[in-house]
Amino acid sequence: MTTTWEPVIGLETHVELETESKMFCGCPVDFNAEPNTVTCPVCLGLPGALPVPNRRAIDMIMKIGLALNCSISEHTIFHRKNYFYADLPKNYQISQFDLPVCEEGFLDIEGEAGGRVGIERVHQEEDTGKSNHMGGDGRITSAEYSLLDFNRSGVPLVEIVTKPEIRSATQARAYGLELRAVIVSLGVSDAKLEEGSIRFDANISVRPKGATTLGTKVEIKNMNSYRSMERAIAHEVIRQAQVLDDGGRIVQETRHWDEDAGVTRSGRVKEGFSDYRFFSEPDMVPMVIDQEWQDRIAGELPELPSDRRKRYQGMGLGEYQAALVAGSEPELVQMFEGAVDAGGSPPSVANWLTGEVVAALRRSDHSLAASALTISHLVELVGLVESSTISTSAAKAVLAGVLDGEGSPGEVAEARDLLQVSDAGALEAAVGQVISENPEEFERLSGGEQKLIGFFVGQVMKLTGGKADPKVVSGLLRARLSD
Amino acid sequence: MSARQTIRRAAAAMRDGSLTSVELTRAALKAASMTESQVHAYLTLDTEGALQAAEMADSELGAGDDRGPLHGIPIALKDNMVTKGIETTCSSRILSGYVPPYSATVVERLEEGGAVITGKTNLDEFAMGSSTEHSAFGPTRNPWDTDRVPGGSSGGSAVTVAVGSALGALGSDTGGSVRQPASLTGVVGMKPTYGLVSRYGLIPFASSLDQIGPFTRTVADAVDVLSVIAGHDPHDATSIPGSVPNLDAGLGRGLDGVKVGVVSEMQRDETEPAVRGAVANIIEQMEANGAKVQEVSLPSFEYALSAYYLIAPAEASANLARFDGVRYGNRVDGANVADMMSKTRADGFGAEVIRRILLGTYALSAGHFDAFYGQALKVRSLVRRDLDAAYEDVDVLVGPTSPTTAFELGAKTADPLTMYLTDVFTIPANLSGHPAISVPVGLDEAGLPIGFQVMAPALGEPTLFQVAEAVESIAAFDQEPELAGSLA
Amino acid sequence: MPIDIDIAHVARLARIELSDAELAEHGRHCADILEHAAKVQALDTEGIQPTSHPLPLVNAFRDDVVTPGRVLARDVVLDQAPAVEDVYFRVPPALEDE
Ligand SMILES: [Mg+2]
Ligand SMILES: [Zn+2]
Repeated sequence: MTTTWEPVIGLETHVELETESKMFCGCPVDFNAEPNTVTCPVCLGLPGALPVPNRRAIDMIMKIGLALNCSISEHTIFHRKNYFYADLPKNYQISQFDLPVCEEGFLDIEGEAGGRVGIERVHQEEDTGKSNHMGGDGRITSAEYSLLDFNRSGVPLVEIVTKPEIRSATQARAYGLELRAVIVSLGVSDAKLEEGSIRFDANISVRPKGATTLGTKVEIKNMNSYRSMERAIAHEVIRQAQVLDDGGRIVQETRHWDEDAGVTRSGRVKEGFSDYRFFSEPDMVPMVIDQEWQDRIAGELPELPSDRRKRYQGMGLGEYQAALVAGSEPELVQMFEGAVDAGGSPPSVANWLTGEVVAALRRSDHSLAASALTISHLVELVGLVESSTISTSAAKAVLAGVLDGEGSPGEVAEARDLLQVSDAGALEAAVGQVISENPEEFERLSGGEQKLIGFFVGQVMKLTGGKADPKVVSGLLRARLSD
Repeated sequence: MSARQTIRRAAAAMRDGSLTSVELTRAALKAASMTESQVHAYLTLDTEGALQAAEMADSELGAGDDRGPLHGIPIALKDNMVTKGIETTCSSRILSGYVPPYSATVVERLEEGGAVITGKTNLDEFAMGSSTEHSAFGPTRNPWDTDRVPGGSSGGSAVTVAVGSALGALGSDTGGSVRQPASLTGVVGMKPTYGLVSRYGLIPFASSLDQIGPFTRTVADAVDVLSVIAGHDPHDATSIPGSVPNLDAGLGRGLDGVKVGVVSEMQRDETEPAVRGAVANIIEQMEANGAKVQEVSLPSFEYALSAYYLIAPAEASANLARFDGVRYGNRVDGANVADMMSKTRADGFGAEVIRRILLGTYALSAGHFDAFYGQALKVRSLVRRDLDAAYEDVDVLVGPTSPTTAFELGAKTADPLTMYLTDVFTIPANLSGHPAISVPVGLDEAGLPIGFQVMAPALGEPTLFQVAEAVESIAAFDQEPELAGSLA
Repeated sequence: MPIDIDIAHVARLARIELSDAELAEHGRHCADILEHAAKVQALDTEGIQPTSHPLPLVNAFRDDVVTPGRVLARDVVLDQAPAVEDVYFRVPPALEDE
């Protein structure tokens, strides 16, 4: 009889906060700066320099904690986490240990793989510098040497740790996406996985179904997309089950996800466990977060994605579309809200924004904020389509023109001669011409082959350069048939 | 009162035109040139920089731009305070050749106050020691007897003031590193309330214990130096916000009605008879001068040394982790990063530093934390509680600074534990964060100085200085080591 | 109570490469000192809160403001480094077990 293995998954998420200055010094947070140009004695760990914590980072972590239904600790302190690494300037990370800012929360996930994921803690820490591993095949394992850039050193980092309650790779991915949506909605980070401003590590173990003890856990790193997160976790669960089925033993270790090969690979073997020698940071004094501070932050919390999705569904958006808009970049959400406020039909505005607008921006490599599209343009465009003043296909061309800065949708439609022709008289001639050019097909249509209506409408559209109102054209055709 | 040159006298003389900063600075530099080969107090003597600063001070003072009590006064700095553009080594091979790109807050304040910085002084490597023998660049010797140690770890700074190669100096006191060498070299040495002086730019030994303090020839001079360097620093999160207490409020007020507690646990049998005699004699005279003296017992003192030798190395083990050969300092190459760091640190640190890093690493490591470091922090609470209770009844606590006078070089280096015991009387004030001062009160039969310690509650500096000044005038100690140069 | 220390393990944690003779001597000294320091264990500290900081200060923060004057120029930063390449600090390769 084979054992049925049940996965136990916990996620640790690091989020870089978008403060102006670093966590413990006045260096700017600037990811585009030239290497080693935004450091100071503090974030470079020079002898004698001392850290002073950034108050706004604490505001931000409180926002995250409150959004994740955590309790905020009234008394909290920083600890030193000791380990040697070349890109960690002090060879200890200022972090938090047994008194994190936020504890005991949860995040509700909707959908099939949904459910409530418990949050164990949310704590404040600092980022490390960056190592570039040189020589060999570029991987850490074969590098000949490393080059270090300390610009990122000391950037405020928030770590969010779930309870080991995630039950599947799909749920892990859904959690990741929902967490990201929460972070983005709070305005505390752009949380871009590709750029490393949000990073996920997974702790995975398996146990016989129904068991209450935990198996040996393995840490998975290097999951660079939500898709690879799901793949990596799914793969690791199967790997562990196979090892155990074969009578093997799981080694506590860190494994790296190899996206190309689709496997996790053993990284560093830990000698049993790491000994970080945590102790309270003597260079800083305790933090006391009183009710007044907590109330102020609670008052600044924006609408959270789950509430927003519900509100959008109330506006007539489908579940998927509501989630798509609510989870989009803040500028897109703002434009959606603005366009709806200005009278745009919510489902149409949402369709255009998440469909054509996003696609066009991607093609032109522009951001919404930097594009020429305004809320009133969008409302106008949607209105023109709904009133059949332009066709859907013409509207795409109009949008392109608007994005190119050619003016308002009305102006572009006019200038590009895209206004829809729905005057029956004006279209009569075109219909006649198409019929005379395709006598055989017309014969078949007359004989009852109804699907040819589409062919004739298409021909008329082609002839009129897309300006004909297809409804009027098919009306005219039917009138001819019944003659 | 002694007729020796002091900061107050020199400052007055510069203002009445009878002395220039250049004359004073030249005299200090001359004292250095006469004594350095025998005492080795300085690691870096900045002759050129000092003379330039002195000229600047003279022209500013001449123009009526008076920057306060240290304007034009030669001051030496312990070489664990970073100085922009001037090599700063902590007496360690690992930092030999290191030139910091920024200055400590105390250095900036001295410069703003017009002080003349003479140079950087020798110390036990990373301030770990009580004799200034643990320096990678050779020991400093006691000018009263060059076969003996000057105490430590701020031995270099103490000696500059003792021989007159500076008129004041800064040291750092983690477990007595200002007070104990002051006691052994016959000068005044003071540790302020933790947080009164910024630690920004002080290369840390143990962050929760370290405090920068002055060495001077008189108590009034210590007030002047402290008044320039004290005050809130936004770059040090442990610095006390708000204004500095009025440091000279108690000067000249004597001892009338002052309640003095004599700590029973500091009257130990192991303390040298000459030290016990001198201290008892001063206490008797304090009473005769109007002080109300009572015996005070502080039972947790017995455990303070043990707690200290867990807490300080634990903090040090993390503080010294940054010396890894990556960003600054010296490197020994290795096959990989871990190898390079391990070789660099083994080569760069001396045995005493390595010992304390190992001790601290052990005390913090999994399985030992609660029994050692955790328990030490609780003992620290008890020491504090005992002291707080004592200060309900008395204004100050007194006793010897050190159980012995200066010991011979090499006498305690073989057995670290005996060296550690020399700090037994100074450590409690570091654990509690309270201010304390050592005042020279006499010589033993071998002609070696004896220090008298006064302790006060947090921010009790005005009372501390009041009592210390009274002790100073009772003792009327005005001897100098033969080696001392004469300051102008 | 004699204290048993795996001094080689402690030295590895502290990243200090010592010879066997050095390890033995440090091990001996550390054991002596810890035996003395173990005195703290004799005190009854039931109900006593640890003091990790000498002063009762709380909430020392800085505003989220950039201080350009404290940012160091790259050449100044790299000038003190034992090894640089181009605009970076250079170190030997990292081992996997770090
Ligand atoms: Mg972390
Ligand atoms: Zn910085």
